[in-house]
Amino acid sequence: MANAYYEKIARVNLTTGEITVEALDVEVAKKYIGGRGLGTKIAYDEGCATSDPLGEGNKLIYITGPLTGAAAPSSGRYMVVTKSPLTGMIACSNSGGKWGAKLKYAGWDAIIVEGMSETWKYLNIVDDKIELLDADEYLGMFSEELDDKLKEKHGKEASVLSIGIAGEKQVLMAAIMNDKDRAAGRSGVGAVMGSKKLKGIVVKATRTNPNDVIASEEALKAANKEVMVNIRENGLTGGGLRALGTASLVNVINSVGSLPTKNWQESYYEKAEDVSGEALAEKFLVKASACHRCPIACGRVVKVDDKVVGGPEYEPLWAYGANMGNSDLAAINKANMLCNEYGLDAISVPCTIAAAMELYEKGAIKEEECAGVPLVWGSTEALIEWTKRIGNPETELDWLMSSGSARLCEHYGMPEVSMSVKKQEMPAYDARGVQGIGITYATSNRGGCHVRGYTIAPEVVGLPVQLDRTVTNEKAFWAKTFQDLTAVIDSMGLCLFTSFALGAPEYTKLINAACGTEYTPEEVLLLGERIYNIERLFNKAAGMKPEDDRLPKRLLEEPVKEGPSKGMTSKLNVTLPEYYKERGWVDAFPTDETLERLGLGEYIGR
Amino acid sequence: MVEVRLFAGLRKGRQKVYQMESASVKTVKDIMDALDIEVKEVNILLINGFHQKPETEVKDGDVVSLFPAVGGG
Ligand code: SF4
Repeated sequence: MANAYYEKIARVNLTTGEITVEALDVEVAKKYIGGRGLGTKIAYDEGCATSDPLGEGNKLIYITGPLTGAAAPSSGRYMVVTKSPLTGMIACSNSGGKWGAKLKYAGWDAIIVEGMSETWKYLNIVDDKIELLDADEYLGMFSEELDDKLKEKHGKEASVLSIGIAGEKQVLMAAIMNDKDRAAGRSGVGAVMGSKKLKGIVVKATRTNPNDVIASEEALKAANKEVMVNIRENGLTGGGLRALGTASLVNVINSVGSLPTKNWQESYYEKAEDVSGEALAEKFLVKASACHRCPIACGRVVKVDDKVVGGPEYEPLWAYGANMGNSDLAAINKANMLCNEYGLDAISVPCTIAAAMELYEKGAIKEEECAGVPLVWGSTEALIEWTKRIGNPETELDWLMSSGSARLCEHYGMPEVSMSVKKQEMPAYDARGVQGIGITYATSNRGGCHVRGYTIAPEVVGLPVQLDRTVTNEKAFWAKTFQDLTAVIDSMGLCLFTSFALGAPEYTKLINAACGTEYTPEEVLLLGERIYNIERLFNKAAGMKPEDDRLPKRLLEEPVKEGPSKGMTSKLNVTLPEYYKERGWVDAFPTDETLERLGLGEYIGR
Repeated sequence: MVEVRLFAGLRKGRQKVYQMESASVKTVKDIMDALDIEVKEVNILLINGFHQKPETEVKDGDVVSLFPAVGGG
């Protein structure tokens, strides 16, 4: 019976060059939904957790969800699951654009890449045919040029996923790019591709929808129609994100005194207006853009010099702006473009530069190490030049910087200057003035990250309800619920932004219609909880310790100096025990009882 | 004086910032009325960086920030 899966996985061994086709275990797929959930289960079972992330034993799992490309809002998502070389823990990076939908239309639930090639290769997928081709001629190219070149060769209907120069050089903050400017950005997944000498994956598909495997097209159509009403009627998904993109948050988060400034030394940026979504729309915006099948259209297209390119999201706008004490918006647009061209994580890279600026201010990094570009707060020359150097490192400091802020600050004997969790840089919300997001950061399985439980929605934006951002009450519950629901949305293959308008009941309707299941919303949330727990088991096997669920000392001990959150610190000492209780975890890991409850009994004792 | 800051779409046809005599406005709702902003247009309402309601009273020196539906991540 049709169940929204093509029931087909391709396994590509780069050591031997062998490509085999395997049947998807549908029962297992259903237990973990697909995408992020199923990818993590496969990665765990195939031993990635204990592998060297840049060695032969690690695998790259490019995986779609049952709803990827289907008739549901914002369904163009795919995920890359692997062991992160940045954190040493689970990586699951998620991207939009068109590539994921095309992979699904070509008839694949997942592509598992293993081993290591001796020479540079890329994969060419045309429906059910997959071939490995030489990639030497494409080395050293920027993402955009590479996209054009591969389309010249394979046809403009092809969709291209690739790594840039940063990935080739195994920079620990290298992203995987697709469709030119969409990124599976975080946790250094691009470096894993680089370590395997896999330059890209080109996909072409004859199908234009996955309806041949949808359990009930009619039911899905009806469910889609119903949830689209919510999407349209919600101010944010129905127009707010199209108007200003995620960049509208700069002024919001600054107004609540939670915009980390100068590497989180401050939390309020006087010049936020100059680098806000409003300013971006007024001065640089060409148009909004959307991923495959997305009615929300949060993407930005901006002008950089004489080029028209993908514009910055809220995160890079903050990281290259307030967090570096820079108010030059044109420079941010350019730096963001460079991240896309080199294939870099546009959160971790600027955050690492900001940490380096603090190290420079404190005298730890000396001017003579900077090869002519001192790391001075607000220097546009520094933020642009150092982005290029991180993308294509040569000197000792270049290489140190390209390994992320945790390793950089450790090297200079000031680990507390790295504003990271599990060695991954935290995003643009100061956890001192917003208590719930601190739980998300501290307990995120992939390290510092906001899209693993976006409590900013209730704590600041008022969705689905407005919570008091300053208190700890019930925040553990909210963090856990958002984490579990997010795991569901990711695993389905939908964009997280749909959750501003949709909740568990709506996602349940979509899953049931597409997969032919009869879940209740509670059961669907339980699937999410299972996924969150298997990620945690992956981390345990990878060597995670309870003390890795932490926040940087600055957030716990240095009260906010100025602005609306003045005097506040994160109360993680209160919320973390509450959170573990909510989860049924002791010392950061699930108890046997919890594993049994979640149908993860087979992992007891591992 | 009460400083009123408008953001995103609320700026359309209006200024970014207004200074209002505190004697002339008792609540945030009064401010919104004066600026011809409907309650349903405002998604985030802050006084001095903290979430409040339209009926909350304002006092001299307050900064009132009004946002329509904005956000993301
Ligand atoms: S909301 Fe934005 S990121 Fe999400 S699918 Fe739509 S355009 Fe892409």
